[in-house]
Amino acid sequence: MAEPVPNPVLRIENLRKNFGGLVVTDGVSMTIGEGELHAVIGPNGAGKTTLINQISGTLAPSAGTIYLNGADVTALPPNKRAELGLARSFQITSVLPRFSALENVALAVQARSGSSYRFIGCADKENALNDAAMAALTEVSLDRRADILAAHLSHGEKRALELAIALAMQPKLLLLDEPMAGTGPEESERLIVVLQRLKGRFAMMLVEHDMNAVFALADRISVLTYGRILASGQPAAVRADPAVMTAYLGEELE
Amino acid sequence: MSLAVTSTPLARRFEALPIAIFLVLALAPLAASFGAETYLLGLFTRVMIYGIAALALDFICGYGGLVSFGHAAFVGIGAYTAGIFGAHGITDMAITLPVALLVSALFAWLTGTVCLRTKSVYFIMITLAFGQMIYFVAGSLSPYGGDDGLTLKLRSTLFGFPILQYDRALYYAVLAFLLVSYLLLRGIVASRFGRVFRGARDNPTRMATIGYDVFRYQRIAYVIAGSLGGLSGFLLANATEFVSPSFMSWQRSGELIIMVLFGGIGTLHGAIVGAAAFLVLEDMLGGITENWKLIFGPMLVLIVLFARGGLLGLAQSVWERLRRG
Ligand SMILES: Nc1ncnc2c1ncn2[C@@H]1O[C@H](COP(=O)(O)OP(=O)(O)OP(=O)(O)O)[C@@H](O)[C@H]1O
Ligand SMILES: [Mg+2]
Repeated sequence: MAEPVPNPVLRIENLRKNFGGLVVTDGVSMTIGEGELHAVIGPNGAGKTTLINQISGTLAPSAGTIYLNGADVTALPPNKRAELGLARSFQITSVLPRFSALENVALAVQARSGSSYRFIGCADKENALNDAAMAALTEVSLDRRADILAAHLSHGEKRALELAIALAMQPKLLLLDEPMAGTGPEESERLIVVLQRLKGRFAMMLVEHDMNAVFALADRISVLTYGRILASGQPAAVRADPAVMTAYLGEELE
Repeated sequence: MSLAVTSTPLARRFEALPIAIFLVLALAPLAASFGAETYLLGLFTRVMIYGIAALALDFICGYGGLVSFGHAAFVGIGAYTAGIFGAHGITDMAITLPVALLVSALFAWLTGTVCLRTKSVYFIMITLAFGQMIYFVAGSLSPYGGDDGLTLKLRSTLFGFPILQYDRALYYAVLAFLLVSYLLLRGIVASRFGRVFRGARDNPTRMATIGYDVFRYQRIAYVIAGSLGGLSGFLLANATEFVSPSFMSWQRSGELIIMVLFGGIGTLHGAIVGAAAFLVLEDMLGGITENWKLIFGPMLVLIVLFARGGLLGLAQSVWERLRRG
């Protein structure tokens, strides 16, 4: 179904996850190539977040294998996968509320620059960390809010902050779980522009309900329903797929 | 822990306070010489010793969100190390102190490996369980007094010199240890390591997904706190010239938590204020009535309810109100 990519950044084989009797990931196989933006769409409860959780390592699959740049990472904890270049955002915003926006990002920089088992010196005065963090904040237009506590940022700003944290990790693969959710139309528009600029720098998996964003950004689209991939391919082909149309039509009628 | 959003400015604005606290502690023996010297010296020595344990607890609780209900175990281990070595005639702290620190560090490493796999309430319960375990172990050490504990014949010596023999010398030695512990923890909190540890309190999942092995950082912090607990116990044994299982009862662990809350959690120097307030009040109320706990309990509840930042938080809001007029 999904055409193979030569040297995929991400390859999933026969991934399966069940919560008791409920099968939430049902034999999913897919690949994401270098620089590809792969959108995953599907109705609520289709298992999109569960899929991302398994790829990022916060949830163990019941069966199947996950390869990152050819290496089997299925058994690795999230921090090891992050070291291998995997970054993610969360559907429910997940930042460090008691740290400034700058420090949220600086911690991501710190994770990739030298040892963190250092017990002396002021971490928040390390210019190398702060400069790199500021650069990431600038990319998402949050530089003016660098000193604000993350807890005091608006919802849209928190979403942008999550993106900045991910960028600071210099990822090889970025998983985005509904980055536009809960943001206004203007902010969504801005986020699309940011993602458009980032596109190609690294591979991305974009889970999103906002079809404007999906069709504006995606190189390929996979449609997930009941934990299965219903269709996968170029946006135009997926849009024309009758099975997809019924799945979505069915949803809209409810 | 409370979800209220507070960062470190409390500590920064009250920079004068830690200096004042240590000045008062340095000068207290002079004042004490005008009357009731033995009593006051003894009381303040205990304040500083418990201050060290409370500091360590505030480090893991206030900065790491790890509420340990078994911190007195480390105090007990430090005290018993001094006691058991003393019973065999080994009193030189060049040997006994490193051993006390090492044994408490080891206990922290082993129990931390288990405790830190759990979260919130489970963490509280399992630290409590380990604390009780070591409490019963101490009580069963019949060669060393069992439940009754044992007396130290001699305070620790250093390279053969009885440097802690005089109460004043002990006092200043304890003060030096308190100062070093305080500066050490302050440094750690601000360091790269400390920032990761603080981040793990805010959002461990986020920290893991940006590449930190949260568990390993927390375990190191737990070992640091445990060693300082051991130091506190080692000094306590010297101050009281006595050790007993009661040093590590769950009540003692609870009292340490109260000291931290009392002074203002997540400030470090607040733990010293809390230890002082707790022990001084305990002594004063204990002098008035046998049922001092009936007064003490409600007072505690009031402080924790109305001064969420503890005594320091209370002082700060009063200060700000006065300044605004
Ligand atoms: N920890 C869990 N235990 C049991 N069931 C779960 C768990 N997590 C998710 N589920 C169930 O799995 C299904 C898929 O959930 P998931 O969050 O992956 O969907 P989704 O596609 O991300 O939906 P949405 O678009 O609403 O975010 C849902 O029915 C959900 O109730
Ligand atoms: Mg979801």
